[in-house]
Amino acid sequence: MKLVASGKGTYVYTNNKAIDPAKPSVVFIHGAGFDHSVWTLFARHFSRHDWNVITLDLPGHGRSEGPVLESIEEMASWTIELIDTLGLNSVALVGHSMGSLITLEAASRLGDRVTHAVLIGSISPMPVSEPILDATANKPGAAHSMLTSFGFSKQNLMGGNPNPGMWMVSDSMRRYEDEAQNALDSDMRACNAYQRGLEAASEITAPTLMLHGDADRLTPLRATKPLQDALSNTRMDIIPGAGHSLMVEDPNYVLDQLKIHLL
Amino acid sequence: MARQRAESMTDYSPAELDTLALHAGGKPDPATGARATPIYQTASYCFPDSDYAAALFNMERPGHVYSRLSNPTTAVLEERIAALEGGVGAIATASGQAALQLAIMTIMDAGSHIVASSALYGGSHNLLAYTLPRFGITTTFVDARDEDAIRTAIRPETRLIFGETVGNPGLDVLNIPVVSKIAHDNGIPLLVDSTFTTPYLVRPFELGADLVMHSATKFLSGHGIVIGGLLVDGGRFDWEGSGKFPQLSEPYKGFHNLVFTEEFGPAAFISRARKEGLRDFGACQSPTSAFYILQGMETLGVRMEKHVSNTRAVVDFLNAHDAVAGVAHPDLSGHPDHALASELYPKGTSAVFTFEIKGGRDAGIAFVNGLSLFSHLANVGDAKSLVIHPASTTHFRMDEAALAAAGIGEGTIRLSVGLEDPKDLITDLKAGLRAAEKVAGGRS
Repeated sequence: MKLVASGKGTYVYTNNKAIDPAKPSVVFIHGAGFDHSVWTLFARHFSRHDWNVITLDLPGHGRSEGPVLESIEEMASWTIELIDTLGLNSVALVGHSMGSLITLEAASRLGDRVTHAVLIGSISPMPVSEPILDATANKPGAAHSMLTSFGFSKQNLMGGNPNPGMWMVSDSMRRYEDEAQNALDSDMRACNAYQRGLEAASEITAPTLMLHGDADRLTPLRATKPLQDALSNTRMDIIPGAGHSLMVEDPNYVLDQLKIHLL
Repeated sequence: MARQRAESMTDYSPAELDTLALHAGGKPDPATGARATPIYQTASYCFPDSDYAAALFNMERPGHVYSRLSNPTTAVLEERIAALEGGVGAIATASGQAALQLAIMTIMDAGSHIVASSALYGGSHNLLAYTLPRFGITTTFVDARDEDAIRTAIRPETRLIFGETVGNPGLDVLNIPVVSKIAHDNGIPLLVDSTFTTPYLVRPFELGADLVMHSATKFLSGHGIVIGGLLVDGGRFDWEGSGKFPQLSEPYKGFHNLVFTEEFGPAAFISRARKEGLRDFGACQSPTSAFYILQGMETLGVRMEKHVSNTRAVVDFLNAHDAVAGVAHPDLSGHPDHALASELYPKGTSAVFTFEIKGGRDAGIAFVNGLSLFSHLANVGDAKSLVIHPASTTHFRMDEAALAAAGIGEGTIRLSVGLEDPKDLITDLKAGLRAAEKVAGGRS
């Protein structure tokens, strides 16, 4: 559905359903350089179970108007304004990678309006290496290749995808190509600059699920401990053999964990 | 949002072709540890519980429901060809013809129009020229070397340009960068049949094609033991931005008003092809066929290298022989596409080619009958060398004008060069040519 948030045309995928504030709601927040469509399977599931699904395109991504927001704090403010625009008093927040940082920041501000939080492929701080930042700024094709290469576990780079016939390596490349070039670069810099993650995490009271691949090469499993320690009400679940692209690499496991946590 | 093409169309790939051909899409069987991809010879799959079943039917979970829609063995083949081509996904079909039909039916309705190269496989020509018009889909055939002819043939209702990487049987080289630009300037995709070339010789997506199809019966499987097709989606065509493909960009009543471009992004085409075309037309590939094709694909690189080197030896022999009026192969400087082939397909163009024998039809028949190592049959891309006389077999439905447009004469012979020792192939060809010369006598 199209709506206006922060004065700009905004797109959210709702599985063709109107938002009903009386129902439970879950907001899915995509990662850097992606859009709502990374959440299609999961959104369809919760929609069938009579939840409102708000699967957003951040400004300047997918079908939402720009400009791209340049900091995690701005993205969190925009997300909260969207939730308010939809008239939702309470929500579950699910974020992947950059989306998990937005989830941290938004959840810390929303307090008890957040019923559950899910952080997928999340560490805080989330430093981005200089070669990647150079590539996102100056060599987008190289950036897409680097992020695709490191976005999957080495094992999953050879495929074996549970989605029949899908080659997730090229699918990842096409998704990066589809986005405006400045969106990926701006997103990566926002991740690199965000320093309030642990403080925000300490302010979250909602039960929080952390989902992480044990073969994650972008946000390594060993780097998750500070965030785990900062969250007071958290459960960590580790997906064997998976890298950073968990919703693609093991969608059934991710859905099972979301169901355990949210339903 | 407009699709950006990064500084290079070359995709990231986790490995080179020979490695992907052995490993992509496959893992040791999780149930048994079997290293080879097992043949999952089953029609359907048990659901753990009712909610899981509902989730599978409603596309909330990936997985298998019924082998017309997907199967674990065929899924490995589909993922492997997508990896080799650099596409987002693929569908295995019952035959190459089924792959072509699936591509067309996914994006066309009655009233739609195709612009196709006139240098096509006879079966594809039949589908486009005679069968699809019965269902309201028409085709204009053009010389694909003639850019103006392609542009002129495009109408408001045109939804596809279609050609073969190297046209059957004259080896007309499709200028994919040029033709794809014409297609994209008109908001329509380019579908390329890469059966003769396989991803070993060319990856059409890197040159601008949007969809690729194969008759996997040929070089991909490589041993003449199986019928199968493959349809691959490059994932780059902007179906929504084109505004000409409501099948992908507007709600689909056949699946609860799902909008494929909205929910599947770059995989919109291949998702609709599976959810509708494979579901409703049902031309799925059997898991046993997929297994055979996978076995062949494991050795694609080494086989294609040998096919190409053997072909070069045979082409050189024939080109120098007095009984031969001409050889149509882009390796030869006299072929109209020699320079283009060198640029686009530097590893070679194909192991299938034609030559014109002196003495016309009777000499051609005598040549075929004089061979013993080459098998006389209607197929190409086998490990064994093959021969056929197109005017009386694969292209017999074409009238004289259509034959001429496809570069076929009465004395045209088509060879598919296999993997035998090239000395033995040339010995066999000498015998055939001696027989032809006896018939031709003074007429040549």
